[in-house]
Amino acid sequence: MRHLMSPLDFSAEELEKLFDLANDIENNPAKYAHICAGKKLATCFYEPSTRTRLSFESAMLNLGGNVIGFSDANSSSASKGESVSDTIRVISCFADICAMRHPKEGAPMVAASKSKIPVINAGDGGHQHPTQTLTDLLTIRSLKGRLNHFTIGLCGDLKFGRTVHSLINALSRYEDISFIFISPEELRVPDYIIDMLKEKNLSYKEVISLDDVMPELDLLYMTRVQKERFFNEEDYIRLKDFYILTKAKMELAKPDMLVLHPLPRVNEISVEVDDDPRAAYFKQVQYGVYVRMALILTLLELA
Amino acid sequence: MLNVGKIEEGFVLDHIKAGASLTIYHQLGLDKLDCTVAIIKNARSNKMGRKDILKVECDIDTLDLDILAFIDHNITVNVIKNGEIVRKKDLVMPKEIVNILKCKNPRCITSIEQELSHIFVLSSDGESYHCKYCEEKYGKLM
Repeated sequence: MRHLMSPLDFSAEELEKLFDLANDIENNPAKYAHICAGKKLATCFYEPSTRTRLSFESAMLNLGGNVIGFSDANSSSASKGESVSDTIRVISCFADICAMRHPKEGAPMVAASKSKIPVINAGDGGHQHPTQTLTDLLTIRSLKGRLNHFTIGLCGDLKFGRTVHSLINALSRYEDISFIFISPEELRVPDYIIDMLKEKNLSYKEVISLDDVMPELDLLYMTRVQKERFFNEEDYIRLKDFYILTKAKMELAKPDMLVLHPLPRVNEISVEVDDDPRAAYFKQVQYGVYVRMALILTLLELA
Repeated sequence: MLNVGKIEEGFVLDHIKAGASLTIYHQLGLDKLDCTVAIIKNARSNKMGRKDILKVECDIDTLDLDILAFIDHNITVNVIKNGEIVRKKDLVMPKEIVNILKCKNPRCITSIEQELSHIFVLSSDGESYHCKYCEEKYGKLM
């Protein structure tokens, strides 16, 4: 039995298989519409995350399965003081697979160690959010046709954004990827990421201006500056509007560049960009459902 | 010069940085063992100027000394049997350290989950450890 705790739990070959399956689901949804009949997914969300939870639930329903669960800690036994270990032992009796989100880092790993059913980490604090990374990779692979030989710009909060760190780690396994980190001084990528890139001899540069590097990019991954990461309201206000992607900026980009964003966005991508064919962030949400469907099938050994 | 008698069976931990012997005493859990322990502080040393020494009289299989490699790999471990040094133990960084370090990350699940062991795993650099659950890094203790 396998679990998914980190995006690096799967080898590059295993990811290829997973993405092939996700693309087959995309192209032949009817073939998979009843494959999970009689199976139940438990969504154990100790903190609210409507988007991720609904994506998991939609994935299971698309496969013909059923969904049970809770959407915040107050409606679970955690509010009575039950441990994660006990909760998962109980959930194991109710469901066939579990997607868990928890504010404490490593909680899904504790669950996996006691579980009789596969556990998917649906986000543990600021630590890992592997299905977001799988979503990003599937989107790139499906829309670009490859996961190698490109220049990706990551823009915004590169210091606190776990999706960014996780994506860089995952992409570092592929050939000929150049990274351009676009951020204000205060929100630069952490040193450990730079050390990892140096160790692997991968190409990267750090810049402040988005306009300057736009023409070089094959992909632009925008992120939101998250208010909850700042201790100081003043810093947040100063940095939140540092980058706003507009139609005018898009004119500097290659005709086939793609814009990705893990969503929700606030104002870092102007709504006028939404109609640009290069805006891929809503397609990305759809790929999130396909990749979760493929993941559920893989972990349930139904694929 | 203070004299501390020979031990029949056990370990002599030599070349401990002066002042660090009590930390090691606690890290090895010697306070929980029912054995004779001599803590020698600030002994004169040609090599180090001042050093600490720990003499522990116990069955040589009862004590797991691997943690010493993490604390300070310069410590010399002499294994004593029948009152003689039978070998010097090479210190190897253990792959896992269980319930010796505590994860200090307040966002880590170890901060709230009851009865959960604090497990630290040797990182790929071969020198530091990280929490198995939240991956928070820990460098040297001293």
